[in-house]
Amino acid sequence: MSANTYKAGVKEYREKYWTPDYVPLDTDLLACFKVTGQPGVPREEVAAAVAAESSTGTWSTVWSELLTDLEYYKGRAYRIEDVPGDSESFYAFVAYPIDLFEEGSIVNVLTSLVGNVFGFKALKHLRLEDIRFPIAYIKTCMGPPSGIQVERDKMNKYGRPLLGCTIKPKLGLSAKNYGRAVYECLRGGLDFTKDDENVNSQPFMRWQNRFEFVAEAVLKSQQETGERKGHYLNVTAPDPEQMYERAEFAKELGMPIIMHDFLTGGFTANTGLAKWCRKNGLLLHIHRAMHAVIDRHPKHGIHFRVLAKCLRLSGGDHLHTGTVVGKLEGDRASTLGFVDQLRESFIPEDRARGVFFDQDWGSMPGVFAVASGGIHVWHMPALVTIFGDDSVLQFGGGTQGHPWGNAAGAAANRVALEACVKARNQGRDLEREAREILTEAAASSPELAMAMETWKEIKFEFETVDKLDAA
Amino acid sequence: MANTYDMGDFQTAQTLETFGFLPKLSQEEVHEQIAYIIAQGWTPAIEHEHPTRAFNHYWTMWKLPFFGEQDLGRVVAELEACRRSYPDHHVRLIGYDNYTQGQGSNFVVFEGRS
Repeated sequence: MSANTYKAGVKEYREKYWTPDYVPLDTDLLACFKVTGQPGVPREEVAAAVAAESSTGTWSTVWSELLTDLEYYKGRAYRIEDVPGDSESFYAFVAYPIDLFEEGSIVNVLTSLVGNVFGFKALKHLRLEDIRFPIAYIKTCMGPPSGIQVERDKMNKYGRPLLGCTIKPKLGLSAKNYGRAVYECLRGGLDFTKDDENVNSQPFMRWQNRFEFVAEAVLKSQQETGERKGHYLNVTAPDPEQMYERAEFAKELGMPIIMHDFLTGGFTANTGLAKWCRKNGLLLHIHRAMHAVIDRHPKHGIHFRVLAKCLRLSGGDHLHTGTVVGKLEGDRASTLGFVDQLRESFIPEDRARGVFFDQDWGSMPGVFAVASGGIHVWHMPALVTIFGDDSVLQFGGGTQGHPWGNAAGAAANRVALEACVKARNQGRDLEREAREILTEAAASSPELAMAMETWKEIKFEFETVDKLDAA
Repeated sequence: MANTYDMGDFQTAQTLETFGFLPKLSQEEVHEQIAYIIAQGWTPAIEHEHPTRAFNHYWTMWKLPFFGEQDLGRVVAELEACRRSYPDHHVRLIGYDNYTQGQGSNFVVFEGRS
């Protein structure tokens, strides 16, 4: 290496960063980008540029490069593949040596991989499709404060999905009226209620007041039902100091769970809060406001499976994943692909689900998948089938829109959920026998019968914008 | 919107977690759930507790979990024996999953007279 001499000038990226013979190491962090180059630029050059700009490279040769061994530190584009059904774009696979990243820092990983390179002029579009985190790196991250198994034990919820709902109207209620809505939902049979993401500490309801009234609602409903209950107290705040202050108060009130918005709040705040939750024994619910800005365009941005993996590493016990069947965007196979990334300990490559790499999570705890948004009792059989037990099913309008109120709406959903779990365990096909199973259950639940009547006509059938790539 | 006169009133009840919102399971339905626990490879176990202490995480174990038990009838017999010994206690059936170190199933089979 010391034989290198310094020659100023602009080099072609591919000389150094396109290495088709490279065999990735087990410790490498691997990334798959969907690349759409400017017309006329060769694929290898574009792929190499992505590898360079997201690792050690800069546009011009500099003398100080010769003071280190860039062969050791550089990212390498090692494979190019066609995107099925798309002649304009291609997949570029890049391997990064583990020493490029600070231990336990999702912030650092993302700053490198999706930093400057996304504005690079030789690219028309760029999308980070997947990251393979090496187990060596995963072991440097704390991950979920509790995880699925510990949460089940703490909350005494077994053998079924958990049931929740977001309190509505999302903005404008006073703290006391808000606590009333919480109490009604919980006594009616929900396990959790949730602050909406934009409920922080506005003039109409300051956070201390909300926390106090909600705490009374939670404790009273626990006493009356004999079941464990919680409300996701949103501690997302303008600055970390206030976030921790709110978290401390939730703990003081004896509340089991708090919540955070990981994208608008940022990964630094999220990782810090997750560590606080581990230390203090609180569960952490994670909302994902702003995700569609980043993940919805099929050719630009970051796929949600990457954001989901990053959240599992940064820390959270629940993460919203979409519902597949409700009002928000989400393709079934693709959703199941990243739901696995949240919950399983090993996920093999599976292009049919958009999974580009084998991913070994080792002993990292799992995250509950949260299905929330535009769902109601008629969706229950499909939701139980799609998401299985390790999920939280959240019916907002589908609980509080019940003609008899929140408690009846909650009971309707709980009866429907338990009827589906019972039927599944009996070996019945939930999706095919949906109507029979719900109708049988409604015979002994006037609340469910009324809910089925109320929502019988509502459907959300639009094409998904971001589809999996297929020929 | 329903009129006030035909609006139902929901009464809060002690529902005791999973299956607490369904009508009491028939004997056959309980058998089906036991069969499911065994088919999943889980270990059936029985716990009981007085209703006034039902909120505690720990209930009293009835004997030990029935490791390796494949016979549904034996589990049913133990459930009934537990109930006979503690008629005023809640009795619940658990399916221990040693892979997740969790409980794949857990529901109250008999409610104690409080």
